[in-house]
Amino acid sequence: MQNANDLKEYRKELQESLDNEFLRTTLDNFAVAYKAGRANAFKGMDVRGLVHDIACSKDAAGENYEALYAEFKEKAEAAGIHVHFAKTGDEANQIIAQIAKDTDCTKIVKSKSMTAEETLLNHDLEDAGLEVTETDLGEWIIQLRHEGPSHMVMPAIHLSRYQVGDLFTEVTGSKQDSEIEKLVKVARRELRQKYVEADMGITGANFAVAETGGIGLVTNEGNARLVSTLPRVHVALMGIDKLLPTLHDALRILKALPRNATGQQLTSYVTWITGANECASAENGTKEIHYVVLDNGRSELLKDSLFSQVNRCVRCGACANVCPVYRLVGGHKMGHIYIGAIGLILTYFFHGKDKAKNLVQNCINCEACKDVCAGGIDLPRLIKEIHARIQEEDGHPLPSVLLSKVLRNRKLFHTLLRTAKWGQKPVAEKDGFIRHLPMIFSKEHSFRALPTIAETPFRDWWQKNRPAVDKPKLRVALFSGCVQDFVYPEQMQAAVELFAANNVAMDYPMEQSCCGLPVQMMGEMDASRDVAKQNLRAFEPDAYDYIITLCASCAAHLKHNYPKLVMDRPALKYRADAFADKIIDYSSFVNDVLKVQKDDFRATTEKATYHAPCHLCRGLDVHDAPRQLIEKGGLEYVECDEEEVCCGFGGTFSMKFPELSAELLNKKLTNVEKTGATTLLTDCPGCIMQLRGGLKKRGSNITVKHVSEVLAGNRK
Amino acid sequence: MSSKETLYQKFVEKAELVSALVTTIESEEAAIDYVINLCDTKEACQLLVSGCEADLSENAEALCDAKQTKVIAAPGLKQDLYKSLSTKAKKSGFDCIDSGMRNHLAGIDIGFTIAEYGIADTGTLMLDCPSEELRLATMVSEYHVCVLPKSKIRANTYAIEKMMLTRMNKTPDYLAFITGASRTADIERVLALGVHGPLELHILILEDQ
Ligand code: SF4
Ligand code: SF4
Repeated sequence: MQNANDLKEYRKELQESLDNEFLRTTLDNFAVAYKAGRANAFKGMDVRGLVHDIACSKDAAGENYEALYAEFKEKAEAAGIHVHFAKTGDEANQIIAQIAKDTDCTKIVKSKSMTAEETLLNHDLEDAGLEVTETDLGEWIIQLRHEGPSHMVMPAIHLSRYQVGDLFTEVTGSKQDSEIEKLVKVARRELRQKYVEADMGITGANFAVAETGGIGLVTNEGNARLVSTLPRVHVALMGIDKLLPTLHDALRILKALPRNATGQQLTSYVTWITGANECASAENGTKEIHYVVLDNGRSELLKDSLFSQVNRCVRCGACANVCPVYRLVGGHKMGHIYIGAIGLILTYFFHGKDKAKNLVQNCINCEACKDVCAGGIDLPRLIKEIHARIQEEDGHPLPSVLLSKVLRNRKLFHTLLRTAKWGQKPVAEKDGFIRHLPMIFSKEHSFRALPTIAETPFRDWWQKNRPAVDKPKLRVALFSGCVQDFVYPEQMQAAVELFAANNVAMDYPMEQSCCGLPVQMMGEMDASRDVAKQNLRAFEPDAYDYIITLCASCAAHLKHNYPKLVMDRPALKYRADAFADKIIDYSSFVNDVLKVQKDDFRATTEKATYHAPCHLCRGLDVHDAPRQLIEKGGLEYVECDEEEVCCGFGGTFSMKFPELSAELLNKKLTNVEKTGATTLLTDCPGCIMQLRGGLKKRGSNITVKHVSEVLAGNRK
Repeated sequence: MSSKETLYQKFVEKAELVSALVTTIESEEAAIDYVINLCDTKEACQLLVSGCEADLSENAEALCDAKQTKVIAAPGLKQDLYKSLSTKAKKSGFDCIDSGMRNHLAGIDIGFTIAEYGIADTGTLMLDCPSEELRLATMVSEYHVCVLPKSKIRANTYAIEKMMLTRMNKTPDYLAFITGASRTADIERVLALGVHGPLELHILILEDQ
C-alpha cells in the first residue's frame, strides 16, 4: 500500500525497494521470462486484432452497462440467485456482512478477488466478527503477513521461500522447511480444513454474462471451485466492468487473459456458474447464491470521454509485468491496491488523490504498458492526465510552474539557453561534458555526466549554412527539438548534409520551439497546449512533403499528442492533423522514403549495437528502419539484450527520480557492454545524453552516436 | 491427415504441455483397468507427497487422519460401467463410491470422470458438472482420471459455444474447463502442482469411432 505523504518520503520508500536484493532479482527474472512466455503463448495469433476486438466489445459493454445489468439480474434471479447493487465499496461490504448475518454464517473462505481488495472487504467482515480465510496461496500468505498484494496475478511475488517457510512455521506451530513443493502441500492441507468448516464462500468474477445471468471464474489453483462448491452460501463480488453481453465476449477475453497474465495458454480451471446450484450441506439441498455488483465510481468513469477506456481492463496484470519502474520497485511502491500502470490510474479513482499523487509521477512514459495491454488502453496518457488533474486541484509545484513559464515564451527560453552557455564556461571540459554538476543537482544525479551547451546552436548554423538544393525531389521541414538545437547540433547538421546530397530541399521554421513534452510530463497540460500551438503556427504543413525530426520523443509527441491537445479548437485541430500526418522520424525517412543503399556508404569493420528509444519503437512502431540503416551505413549490427527497454532518461523523470533513472541506465549499459560493440547507436538525443553520460561515468570507451552521424560520416 | 486426426494430435500436444498425462485407449473397460492399476501403484496417501510427515496444525492433522483406505470416486458413470469398476476395485481392496463425497473431504485417491468435450487449441477438457458429487470428485481427488471420446475433440472454445449455452440455459448449471493439474506459481514463481485440486491429471482418449 502507498502511504507516503510527499515525494520525498515516497523516494525514500523507493530506495528501500531498490535495496531489496531478493525483490530485484525476482522481478528481473520474471520480466525476462514473461516476455518469452508471452510471445510463445501468442505465437501465430493476431494479437493486435484480438486486442482491438476486446477493446470494441468492452467499450460497447461499458456504454450499455445499465441495460446489461438489468438483463444479467433478470436472468440470474430467474435461476434463483439474489442480485444486489452496491453504489460504494462500503455499501458492498455491508451487504455482504448482512448476508452473513441473515444466513448465520461465521466462517468464510475466499478466493482471490481484486474487487474485494478494492473495498477492503476483509476488514469490514472481520469487524463484524466473521472469520475470513483467503484460499489463494499467494493471498493467504499476504493475509497472514497483514500485507496487500504486490502483483495482481501473483500477489506474493515479493516474498522468498524462506520468508514463507518461517511464516508457515508460525502458523502451523511446527517447524517447516523452505522447500516450495512442501510449502505448497502444507497450505493445501491447512486450507482444506478451512473449506470444510466454512459456511460462506466469497469469490470475485472475471465475467458476468448478461445473456445467461451467470459468471465465469478463472483460476489456476482450483480454489474458486472449492469456495463456490463446499460452503452453503456463495457470494460473488464484481464490478460493473465485468458485465458482458454474451458468452462469446467472455470466450474472446479468455483467449487473451491467461496468455497476457502469465504466458499460459489457459489457466487450469475456468468455472462457469449459472443458477443456484446443488449443495448437500444446505438445508433444502440448494446453495444460496448472491451476486453483489459494484459501482464505486465506475459509472462516473464510463461517462468520461477519455477515462471510459479504463473499463476495458481485464485485470491481467500485464501492464505491471512489462513496466520498467515496477520491475525496479515492485507493486507495494508502484500502486496502492491495484498496482502497475492501471494501478496508478485506479488508485486515483478508487482510493483518492492523496494515495495517487506521488504514484502518478513515477511513470517514465515508456509506453511498454500500452503496448501490451489486453484492452488496448492508452495507460501512459491517462496517467499523465491524472497527474495534471491533481496539480490543477493541489496547485502546481514550483519547478513545473517555472518550466511552464519559460517554455511558453520561446524567446525567453532560448535566451536562457544561450546565457547558460556562458554560465557553464568555467566548468565545461573540452570533451563536451560539464566537470561538476551545477548546484541545483543533488549528489543522486551524479550517476551520469551532463553535456555542455553547444558553442553554436543549430538555428544559428542553419542561417549561415543552409544548403541550396537545385532540383529537389522532395520538400521537407526540419523540427530540431531543443536538445539537438542547443546541445547536439551536429546531429542535425549530419542529417542536413545527407538530405542535401539526396536532393531534399529543406526549411527550418525559426519560430519553432521545444515540442512541449517535458511540461506535459510534469503534468502541465495548459503549458503543453500553448507550446503546441506555437509550433503549429510555425509550420505550414501543406508546404512540405514531410516534417522530419531526429528526436523520437519529439516525433511521437508531435504526431500523437498535438491533435489531442487542440481537440477542442476545430481550426487548429485540422491543422494539427495535417501536421501530424507529415511527421516522420529520421530513420524511417532515410530508409523507407529516400531508400538509401548499401553502395552509398563506405563499409567499415566497426561493430555497432542499438538502443531503441521507447518513443520510436512503441511510440511510432518503427523497428526495422534503424537496424537496416546501421547495416547499410557500413557497420556490423550486433543485437543487444532488451534492446527495446527504456534507458531511464524519460526527460524530467530522471530529474525527479534519479535513483530509478540510474538503475535503469545501469541495466541498459551492462547489456550494451555485453555485446562487445564499440559503437552504440540510437535515434533520440535524450537517450544519447543519458547513455553517453552514463558511459562516461563508467569510464567506458564505447561511443554513442545518432544514426544520422554514422550515415553522414560514412557517406561515399 | 484427416482433420479429426489433426485435432487429436494438437489436443495431445497441448495437454502434455501443461503436464497432463495422455493415453489412448480402445474401450471403456480399458479405462477401468487403467484406474485400478493406477490406484494400485499409487502411494497409500498421496498427501504424502508433502508428505504426511510434515507437521501441521492440530485441526489439519485431524482432517488428514480421517482418511484410512484408498478411495476411488466415480459419480455420474453409466450403471454397468460403475458396476464393473466397483467390482474390480473391491477385488483390489479399494473403496469405490459414487456418492457421499462430503465424507471424504480430506481427499480421495482417484476421481474418475468422463469429459463432454475436448478443446484442441489449449488441451482443455470441458466437464459439465451440475451434480455436486461429480464436481467434488474432480476437486478433492489426488489424481483426476478423465475419459475423453476422441470424437468429442473440437478446435477451440468458439466451437463449443453453442453447446455451452444450451447447458447454461438449463439452470442450475456448473460447467468447467480443466487444463492440466491444479497449479500455483505463487512462491517465487516456481511451478508447483496440486495446490488445492488434483496433483495429476490423466486423460484417457477413447477411440470411439
Ligand atoms: S509508461 Fe512505462 S513507466 Fe509508465 S506505467 Fe507504462 S510501462 Fe510503466
Ligand atoms: S490495464 Fe491492460 S494490461 Fe493492465 S491489467 Fe488491465 S488489461 Fe491488463
